[in-house]
Amino acid sequence: MNCPECDAGLDIPADATTGEIIACPDCGADFEIAKKDGSNVELKQAESVGEDWGE
Amino acid sequence: MSRVCIVFDRLRTEEKMLQKEAAGLGYECIMCDAKTAQIDTEKKAGDDFGDVALERCVSYFRGLHFTMCLEFLDVPVINEFAVASVCGDKMFMTARLKKSGIPTPKTYFTFSGQAAAENAKKVGYPLVIKPVIGSWGRGVMPIRDDDAMDGILEIRGVTDGPHDRIYYLQEMIKRPPRDIRVITVGDQPVAAMYRKSAGFKTNLALDGQPELCKITGEMGELAARASQAVGGGILGVDMMEDESRGLLVHEVNNTVEFKGIAKVAEQNIPKKMIEFAMNLARK
Repeated sequence: MNCPECDAGLDIPADATTGEIIACPDCGADFEIAKKDGSNVELKQAESVGEDWGE
Repeated sequence: MSRVCIVFDRLRTEEKMLQKEAAGLGYECIMCDAKTAQIDTEKKAGDDFGDVALERCVSYFRGLHFTMCLEFLDVPVINEFAVASVCGDKMFMTARLKKSGIPTPKTYFTFSGQAAAENAKKVGYPLVIKPVIGSWGRGVMPIRDDDAMDGILEIRGVTDGPHDRIYYLQEMIKRPPRDIRVITVGDQPVAAMYRKSAGFKTNLALDGQPELCKITGEMGELAARASQAVGGGILGVDMMEDESRGLLVHEVNNTVEFKGIAKVAEQNIPKKMIEFAMNLARK
């Protein structure tokens, strides 16, 4: 699968699940796995870090 | 069979560790993305949140409001809304720690830039300013003189966040280049680490280096007291080693991150958390 932003190849681990974040190694954009069915993966833009994020 | 629900908004290593331990203990584990959940107040129903929920959202306000929804639906949740609301605001938390007799740094509250400037002159530098909401060391700044204070107040004066007129100033503690994070589960300390940094901030999110820390009697007792003071649950109690006063608790974290310490801890931290949660599951 390629990065929706810059078209670089994305390495999505076989055990990755819905909700996980995938970072593009080239452009650094973050994507969230929206759906995963076997090798079919649907990505969406990940939320950017919010001011209230943390522990 | 009791079911545990892990509520998240960004699936991290910690949530996957909890899921794995729940499965290993034989419990059904529901993974709930808070961003997709829907709750209907009329039907008093929502998605399936199991018999007990661990609220693990990385967004504080999302997690806090989701916790309220779970309690509305009578789902036991860790941590409780009352705990999350106290721990999520540094002013609330510090006030609670002080009132409960927990040793904590001297802290000063003001509600305008002018009052904050006057307060800083009165108590003297160096000080640390912290946003009352926020984590990972974001916005925490040392203030060593009037010039630095003026600069920070100028920035605060032009921003317009809902908490920007609330000023939280704290004494700067003379300590070794590290602080201590103790993870508590049900008021029991289960693991601790030093967070080392040559710089001012020790947060692991800012490249502080973790190192296993042996829990001393004093440290364990203080962590337990701090946990009780904020209402208990699963917490991260942060301490500093003051040169003259010994251990001071400066923060209690509500959705504690533990992937680093879990690799070296003697106890299985996520397993402890699941066992604690299942004891609170509705029957």
